Parts: sequence; structure tokens; C-alpha cells
Amino acid sequence: MSLFFAYLSVAAALISALTALATNRRLALDHLSQTLLRRWPAIQTKADKLLSETDYAERHRNSLFILLGISGICALLAGAGILTSNTIATDTLPLGLPWLHWHIRLDPLSGFFLCVLGLPLIAVSLYGPGYVREFEHGKYSLAVLGLFTGLFVAGMELVLLADDAFVFMIAWELMSVASYFLVVFQHEHAANRRAGFLYLLMAVIGAIAIILAFGVLAGFGDGLTFDAMRGAVLSPAWASVAFVLALTGFGMKAGLVPLHAWLPEAHPAAPSHISALMSGVMLKIAVYGFIRFGFDLLDQIHWQWGVVVLIVGSASAVLGILYALQQQNLKRLLAYSSVENIGIIFTALGLSLIFLSSGQTELGTLGLVAALLHCLNHALFKSLLFLGAGAILHQTHEQSLENMGGLIHRMPELAATFLIGTLSIAALPPLNGFVSEWLIFQTALQAGNLESGVLRSLIPTASAVLALTSALAATCFVKLYGVAFLGLPRSEHAAHAHEVRHRGMLAGPAMLAACCVLFGVLPTPLIGAMGNLTLQLTGFQLPNTSALGWLWLTPVSPETAAYAPSLVLIGTVAVGWLCYYLLYRRTGLEPRRAEPWDCGFGGLNARMQYTSGAFSMPIRRIFQPVYEIRETIDETKEGPAQTRVTALRYHFQVPDRALLVLYEPAGHAVLRLARWAGGLQTGNIRTYLGYSFFTLIFLLWVIS
Amino acid sequence: MAWLLAILETLLFIAAAPLLAGWIKRVKCRLQNRKAPSLFQPYRDLRKLYRKQPITPHSASWIFRAAPYIVFASTVLAAAFVPLVTVNLPTARIADVIVLVGFFALGRTFQVLAGMDIGTAFGGMGSSREMTISSMAEPAMLMAVFTLAMSAHTTNLSQAMNYVLDTGLVLRPSFVFALGGMMLVAVAETGRIPVDNPATHLELTMIHEAMILEYSGRWLALIEWASQIKLMLYGVLIANIFFPWGIAQDFSLQALGFGVAMIALKLAVLAVLLVLSEVLFAKMRIFRVQEYLSFAYLLSVLGMLSHIILEAARVHH
Repeated sequence: MSLFFAYLSVAAALISALTALATNRRLALDHLSQTLLRRWPAIQTKADKLLSETDYAERHRNSLFILLGISGICALLAGAGILTSNTIATDTLPLGLPWLHWHIRLDPLSGFFLCVLGLPLIAVSLYGPGYVREFEHGKYSLAVLGLFTGLFVAGMELVLLADDAFVFMIAWELMSVASYFLVVFQHEHAANRRAGFLYLLMAVIGAIAIILAFGVLAGFGDGLTFDAMRGAVLSPAWASVAFVLALTGFGMKAGLVPLHAWLPEAHPAAPSHISALMSGVMLKIAVYGFIRFGFDLLDQIHWQWGVVVLIVGSASAVLGILYALQQQNLKRLLAYSSVENIGIIFTALGLSLIFLSSGQTELGTLGLVAALLHCLNHALFKSLLFLGAGAILHQTHEQSLENMGGLIHRMPELAATFLIGTLSIAALPPLNGFVSEWLIFQTALQAGNLESGVLRSLIPTASAVLALTSALAATCFVKLYGVAFLGLPRSEHAAHAHEVRHRGMLAGPAMLAACCVLFGVLPTPLIGAMGNLTLQLTGFQLPNTSALGWLWLTPVSPETAAYAPSLVLIGTVAVGWLCYYLLYRRTGLEPRRAEPWDCGFGGLNARMQYTSGAFSMPIRRIFQPVYEIRETIDETKEGPAQTRVTALRYHFQVPDRALLVLYEPAGHAVLRLARWAGGLQTGNIRTYLGYSFFTLIFLLWVIS
Repeated sequence: MAWLLAILETLLFIAAAPLLAGWIKRVKCRLQNRKAPSLFQPYRDLRKLYRKQPITPHSASWIFRAAPYIVFASTVLAAAFVPLVTVNLPTARIADVIVLVGFFALGRTFQVLAGMDIGTAFGGMGSSREMTISSMAEPAMLMAVFTLAMSAHTTNLSQAMNYVLDTGLVLRPSFVFALGGMMLVAVAETGRIPVDNPATHLELTMIHEAMILEYSGRWLALIEWASQIKLMLYGVLIANIFFPWGIAQDFSLQALGFGVAMIALKLAVLAVLLVLSEVLFAKMRIFRVQEYLSFAYLLSVLGMLSHIILEAARVHH
């Protein structure tokens, strides 16, 4: 049954892709229905009504997203079904190579990630019709957008269903290539084309690493199916080679430091609902690939791998958030924060690998559960924030935080949903982001159970980094919300923005916000549902998640740590309401409106507020060694000897170190190599004949 | 019974916080050769503010009006989680020490948002500085409590205090480091000298005061009260985690009475220490605070490492 829903989900996404081709093709469709349905006049009249001129565009647009919504709901049903039923559904499709049919498998791990995909997809399908309307009559084609969106979603779903390396790679490439076209959708901006090229390049290099990783397993196992790979017996050296290749390939897609530099370029370039899917879901597909490879396919785990993953994850987390803090472009900020969150997920996975390899299955399972939970949470709040950012972009046409401000007065409903997303991603109780970070801390605190002294001191250091990360994340998102939504508007556009008209554009984010609150307040059933998943991957099921009752989260034991988010929420609301009642209702003193304090000079204006750059200035100074800061101060001078400064303009740029240190030198090196190799091509026929002659002589010598 | 006791303890916490603030002010005045106000002056101030009509700036949104309630509620909840006079209360099970740090962050977030809501330079300035300081102080605090949590194998505050009580007075290097880190953090997070000056009247040097510059009436009362509770919270954390002796381990009237007396004594001593440091040191430049807080972070991490290297190893072999 679950597998049926999974197929239905893929099919709906593909049909949505095909439907997109019918953009502006009303006449052709009309003609087609006239010829095909001539025999059935009843149906024909209905078809005529559907294809009537007046509402065709809107119907067509809605149908695209309804199909995506169906795909999302089916993915959710398939995932939830397989998670609760403790079965594994397998199937073989008569597609692909003659000797290798497509193997399909739906198990709790892929089911969980189908849920991670399904929820944001439903929100996107609610949000999309309102958002893409502006593309309908512009220079961009809705057909292209719809086609590649459908293919992108279908690709992600197929990756989750794949049970052999062949299908996996086809689906993986479908996902990568389709998303490339979405990144360069608004291709008249040179920056988008550059971002798209970088993205494609990294996707290809990552795919090569993944293929090689599968190749190692396939070489030792017997064949390309995952079942054969699970049986492969590898020497530790070869297993490590495969692991490092997989970490590189999947880590590149997930955006791990230092391979992340494409991510903040590519994600903001796409239309916002696609950014939501890319940051919210596609990165999780890469995490899925890594978990499938490391925890399922490889038969053994070495602690050194865990250490590598832990270090890479911690570095991604802290560097991601430090760079996010310095961004002035809203969507770029969100993209860098994805790097941070992926870092947190990999930190948890690293902990899990370390514990599993040292035989602490229970704690390894806890780390895995924390990582998976953070995957889901990040998918929810990051999609919410990207959709919100899209709505702001839609209404104000401003990308830079420096041109926003005061939106809470102009867009109150969006501001409220966005606030929930902000609080969740800042890991504040009692919302969902806090639960997964709490679990990661709880895992890290059990480091005392390890034998090795090196590991016992490494893990607390990693948790120190994680603590710094979460504090900086709070700073970053407070800045984002404060600068964009609060204060006075910093531009005309922001001052005249109004709430989005399309209800779906609010309903999508609102649905995600509701999930954020729900999973934050009641995480225990969700963690309980992961029992089958962990049982399959680590052979262990967390027994104590609800030892004190289903309201309590007790990951290790009730004595070690307990957290009851719902009671915490009730307590906060009760105390807050009581204060409100006692202080406001009883006194009845209405507040008076007045001017804010201006030191008695008067004339406060929007330019006197702290900007985004100003807010993060102290962090820029404190963490100066991490950044490559480029600051310029333009002075406008007047007066007889140009001595009187009348205006100052301050610019700063914080380019990514990874781009400067890793990407650009690598790019230059490749170019230099190409130029050197190009020296072979003299364009002279005699030289080419000489090459052939010497090659022939050489081959003859080899043969003889 | 236990729940009732937990509520009573929280009420005691809330009610006693202004008293502690009054005590600090009194000692400080004495040390500075000034005439001290009454011990109960903070209560009078709160009552006065409560009766005044509050003022909202034109540019403020609902965040500005809701923030004082959220700040106060989150601080009260945090106070409910921390054992004051007795351990083994059911509230300690609802939230552990990480949640406590999270609740501090929740209150701070709304405070900072309210500072940015009014759209003035001072609000943004205070907010930016507050977040910068807290983003360095919070990890230091987490590391300090993690040191304790790893020794006691629990993040539940009540259980951790029980552990310290059971093991008796042992000089652990990790605890000394963590105590140092925690004290530095407490000074920074509660906005005392040398990080911030609660009595300043100069807008450009303000941190906490700059954020709440626009508040008046009952809102200001709530925020002031919340910061008094927060100050006491840090005091109780330091007193009860590192020196839990005297805290009631059962619910008998005698033990509870002794617990109240002991915590009052401990807080009074800690307050004198705080006042001494405030009188002896001058306020730092804002870009010196990072060094101060990095030192706190370093102390806490050293505490954790010394626990792992010196103490945990001993347990294993």
C-alpha cells in the first residue's frame, strides 16, 4: 500500500511536469479535445468548459500545483505508512538495462525522508500558484519552471526509492540537472548564470565521487543492487576509501565546509519556492544518501570516520552561521544558515558513528535520531523562511535587508508566521529546533562512556562549538527579523508593501509554522515512530523516550535528563496571561502613544536605525580572523582645500574564504593545465602526423 | 503536595528577587560611603511603576507590547526549574539545565526584538550589543554546566545537586574552573559592571538599558522585575550547584526552614562579592568584553577537559 502511494507520488510529480508544457497551449489542447472527444459530447462540453479562454491560465497554474500537492500528500502517506508498519516493500520495475532492472525499495529510512519531502512540498504547492503568477506574462516561461519543478521533485522521490546504484544515480542526476535549470531560470542576470555553472560543476564532481564510492562497494560485492553491496566484505582501507568518497560526494551536495561555496550562490538564485525545496529538501536527500551509504550499505564503522564527520560537521556549523551573520541579502543569509544546519546534522551523525563504532549502540542510536529529527525540523523551518522571504520579495521587490524594515505593520500575518520560523531556527524552547539540539547535547554529554581519552575530550569540544553555533544562530535570526520586520521602513518599497493577496501564499508558511509548533511541543510520538527505522539501521530501538509518560522526552533515562515541552509551553502561556490579566485588565490604564526618545533633537528617521551591517559589526570585529573583510569608506569632501568631509559612505564585503582559498585556485590550476595541454595543438598537420607516428611506434613496441 | 511546594517555591523566588536587588544596592552604597535607600526600595519602585500610565512609541508593533510579558513569563518559568530551597521537586523534571539556558535565550530574544521594534538608534545599539555579548556568554555558561552534568551524569539540576551533596566536599579542579567561568558569565548576563552598568544615564554606553529605553509604566516594572529575578537566578545557580549544602533534601518543615535560611545567607554573601567587584573594577570598553568572555569560555572548556582527563579517567581505571 505504501509503495503504491510512493509510485503515485512520483507519477503525480511527472504529470505535473508534463502539464507544465501546456502553458499558453490552450488552442492546441482545445483542438485535441475536439478531435479526440467527438464521440462523447457530454465529456466534450466539460472539456470545453475547462479549456475556456477566461480562466485557462489560472486553472492551468493551479493544476500544476495541485498535482505537486498530491505528490506531497502521497509521499507523506507512503512515508507514514512504512514508518508505522515495520515492513519493507520491494519491487522490480521492467525499466533500465536489460540485465539490470530497476530495483525499488521502500523501508523506514526512505519513508522518513519521504515525510521530510512531503510536508514542505505540500506547503510549496499551496504557496506556488500565487507566487508564479508574476512569471506568467513576463519574459520567463512558466512551462520551463513547471517542467523542471516536476522533474526535480520526481528525481528526489526516486532517489529515496532506489535500491540499486544504477537507479540511484539516474534519479540523483535527474534531481541535479533539473535543479540546475531552476537555478538559472532567471538567466538574464549574469550572477545567476555564474551560480548555475558553479552548481552544475559541483554537482558533476560530487556525482563522480558518489559513483566511485558505489564502484568500490560494487567491486567487492557482487553487483549494483544495494542488497549485493550490503554483503560486500571490505578491508578497512577500502571501506575507508569508499566512505571518504561518499562523504565527499554527498557532503558536496549537502553543503559541507569547505565544499559549500556553491550553495549560497545557487539557492538564492532560484525562485523562492524552489529555494525552499532546495534548501529544505534537497540537502536532506544528500543526508539520506550519506546515511544510506554509511549506516546501511557499509558493513562496518570505524571511529576515525566519526571523528572526521564530527570535525567537518562542527566546522560547517560554526562557519556557516558566522558567514550567515554577515549577509545583507535575505536569501543568501538563509542559504548560509542551511550550511550551518547541515553542519549540526553531520555533527550528530559524527557522534552517532563514534558511539556505534565503540559498541555504544544505544547512544549511537540517540545521535542518529537527533540527526534525523534535525533533518525534519530544518526542512520545516527553512522552507517556511524561504517561502516567507519569497513573499517579501514578491511584495517589495527588495532582496537586501538594508532596504527592508517595518514590514510587521504592512504584512502582519506573514510577520507572525515568520516569527515562528525565526524562533524555531534560533533553537528556542518550546519550538522544534530546540528539541533536536537538546537531543544532540544529550548525546554529546554521554561522552564519558567512551574508553578512548582522545574521543572523550574531542566530543565536549565539539559540543562547545555547537553551543557557540546555536548562540550565534540566535543572534543571526534576531538580526534578520529585527531588521526586516521591525523598526521603520528603510525604502519606499518597504513602506508601501502590503500583505500578499493570494491566501495560499500565507497558508503554505502557516502550515509549516503549525508543524514547527506541533513537533516542538509533542516530539515524543515522532521519536517513537522512528523506532522501526533505528531498529533496522543500528539494531536498537530507543526504549526510554517516554519513560515518564508521553509528554516527557527522556532520551537516556528519567534521572539523566527529562524535558516536557508541552508543560513548559502551558506554564509560559499561563504566567504570561496571568501577568497580562493582573497588570492590564485590572488597572485598565491604556497606553499613550508618543514620540520615541530622540535626545531632544527631534527628527528621528529611518536612516538612524541600526542596519543589518551595523548589527553584526561587533561579531565582525570579534571574529575578524575568520573572515576576509573588505571595507571601504568613501568620503565626499568640499571646501577650499577639500578638507571638509560632508558625507561618508561605508561599504563592506565578506567574500567566502572557501571561494578564495579553494575554488578560485583550483579553477586557475585547471585553466593553467588546460592551457598547457593546449600547447599540443599546434594546428600544424605535420606535428599531428608526427604524434600518430610516434604513438604507432610506441604501441608496436609495447605489443612486441 | 510536591507540586504545591514547587509553586510556593517559585512564588518565593519571585517575591524575594527585589529584596536581593535592594540588598545589593544597600551594600554598594555603604561601600561607596553614600546614604543607602531602604532595603524595600525596589518594591516601592515596582509599585510606583505599576500605577503609571505606560507610553508606546508611534513606530512600535505588538512585539513591543507583548515582549515584557514574554520576558517576565520566561524568567518566571526559568525560576521554577531551579531548585531554591529544596531538591526533588517535580518542576526540575519538566526542564533541565539546557532548557533553562534556552529560556534565558527566549526572554532575551524578545527583549532584543522589542529594542529593534521602536526603530531608534539606541534600541538597535543595545540589541546588537546584547546579542553579541550573549552569543559569547551563552556557550561559556553551557560549558560550565556541562562540566557539572558530565560529573553528575545528569542535566537535571535537582539530580546534579543531589550528586554533589552525596559525594561530599571534594576539591575537583573541574568545578573550580567551571565556577570561575560561571561567575564571569553571571556578571555579563545580568548586565553588571564591568560589562554593563545598570545605573548608567549615558545612552551611548548603555547595553541593557538602551534596549528598554522606551519602556515605562507596568511594562518597565515587569522588565525590571524580570532582571531582578534573573540576577537572583544566577546567584542561586552558583550557590546551589557549587555549594548545595543546606538545601532541603526532604519536605519536612524544619529542613525547608533551614533551606530558606541557608540560601538567603549564600545569596547575601554572593551579593557582597558582586558588589566588591563592582566597586573595585571600572566598566570595560565594549570591545574588551570579548576578551573577558573568551576567558570565561576558556575557563569552562578547561573545566570540562580537566574533568575528562583528570577525573573521569580515575573512575575508569
